Amino acid sequence: MSIFKMPSLGADMEEGTLMEWKVKEGDSVKKGQVIAEVESNKGVIEVEIFEDGVVDKLLVEPGTTCAVGTPIASIRKENETSESQQKEQEVSTEKTVDKKVAETEKTIEKETAKPLAAEKETKTIPNPVEEAPKNAESPEIKISPAARKKAQELGVDLNALASKMQGKIGAAEVEAAAKAAKQKKRGGSDSMRKAIAAAMSRSNAEIPHYYLSTSINMTPALEWLAEQNKKRSIKERILPAALIIRAVVKALQAVPELNGFWKEDGLQISETINPGVAIARREGGLLTPALLNAQEMNLDQTMKAFHDLITRTRSGKLRSSEITQQTIVITNLGDLGVERVYGVIYPPQVALVGLGRIIDAPWVIGDALAVRKVMQATLAGDHRATDGRTGALFLDKLNQILQKPEEL
Amino acid sequence: MTNEEIKAKIVEQIYEIAPEHEGETIPETENIQRSLEIDSFDFLNLLTGLNEELGVEVPESDYGEVDTLEHMTDYFAKRMT
Repeated sequence: MSIFKMPSLGADMEEGTLMEWKVKEGDSVKKGQVIAEVESNKGVIEVEIFEDGVVDKLLVEPGTTCAVGTPIASIRKENETSESQQKEQEVSTEKTVDKKVAETEKTIEKETAKPLAAEKETKTIPNPVEEAPKNAESPEIKISPAARKKAQELGVDLNALASKMQGKIGAAEVEAAAKAAKQKKRGGSDSMRKAIAAAMSRSNAEIPHYYLSTSINMTPALEWLAEQNKKRSIKERILPAALIIRAVVKALQAVPELNGFWKEDGLQISETINPGVAIARREGGLLTPALLNAQEMNLDQTMKAFHDLITRTRSGKLRSSEITQQTIVITNLGDLGVERVYGVIYPPQVALVGLGRIIDAPWVIGDALAVRKVMQATLAGDHRATDGRTGALFLDKLNQILQKPEEL
Repeated sequence: MTNEEIKAKIVEQIYEIAPEHEGETIPETENIQRSLEIDSFDFLNLLTGLNEELGVEVPESDYGEVDTLEHMTDYFAKRMT
């Protein structure tokens, strides 16, 4: 019997809300199967299971918010007897849960990487319909008629506002709340901002970055791609970004030291290459979901996976493995006209590849000057894990690969 | 289809790709990608959607002719008659 816990979907995640179970008790599950949807600071994420077995018990109801590490389901092996059969005398299932929490705390203590607040109690989101009116009518908070009118105009929820304030709510408070809500929408969710802030602060405090940059002549690759795309329907066209991702993956196969993690004072090279691709979301915020096992994809498959990943980042759902298993990040700010990107590494990764805009630039060929499509590729490396020489080898390899696009 | 109808179809597709601009007036003569923050991925989606709606495929070599709403309308109008 094993316990499935509320997963950590990011270094700073403390709790998540179980939105929906995708399985029921007694269902057989396979490794990699999505068993639940969890809302976290990265949006709604499809959570996968990492073992084969049978769902024994679902321990929390949809709508429950619980701390990372809280047991949310128990999984038994295919031939194991179910928990309820084993412990028929135990009337209260609560007891079982308590016991499991204690066990989980022990395991968590061992996992030094995540000193998480497992002792936090599981709490249920208050039902707004039941709770809210009580707040609004509560005698401690006075709401002026002007505020009520303003709230209706601006679509501010007075009950929600009242629950956060004391004393009197006037028109000014309502206006401020409306403004804050609007800003929040533009800047992405607060929690996503916090997630980025935590990761980047840690990176800048811990990782001694080194930066390298090189100019790559993209004319051969872009001409080759244009020829390929001419033969394809619009739906099968390959974007230059996909071609460059494929080239980065190939370069990482030649220089694997940049693909992995800095853990326990040592470099751990990852066998799989899961490049996180920085993708801006329309409502604000940024995610770097991974193209899992990119080393196994050819150019067409890379484009297909890239298309699917952006679409799901912007309008659908990402999987837990995609937001936790990146081995390196590729960030492309070329669309915004930036020529060079000096990135900040996402810990515990050890490198970040930055791609700038492809511009027409003078290029020396033999002893003549020509105009070519030129891209600046940069590498931010963790100097604890590798030296500049490794980064230089990588950028040189990337350049070589992009000169022979037909081999991609 | 008149130019106005074609333009309406394009605007409809833009709203689909960039829902945060829904209901806004799309500037006629500004670069669509830059003014609406549409990246190359979404731009390809826009052209794919318009191909389905209007039956015209824009080859990559013609991207320069579909940079603004005005140019895009003219481009499709020319190829639909």
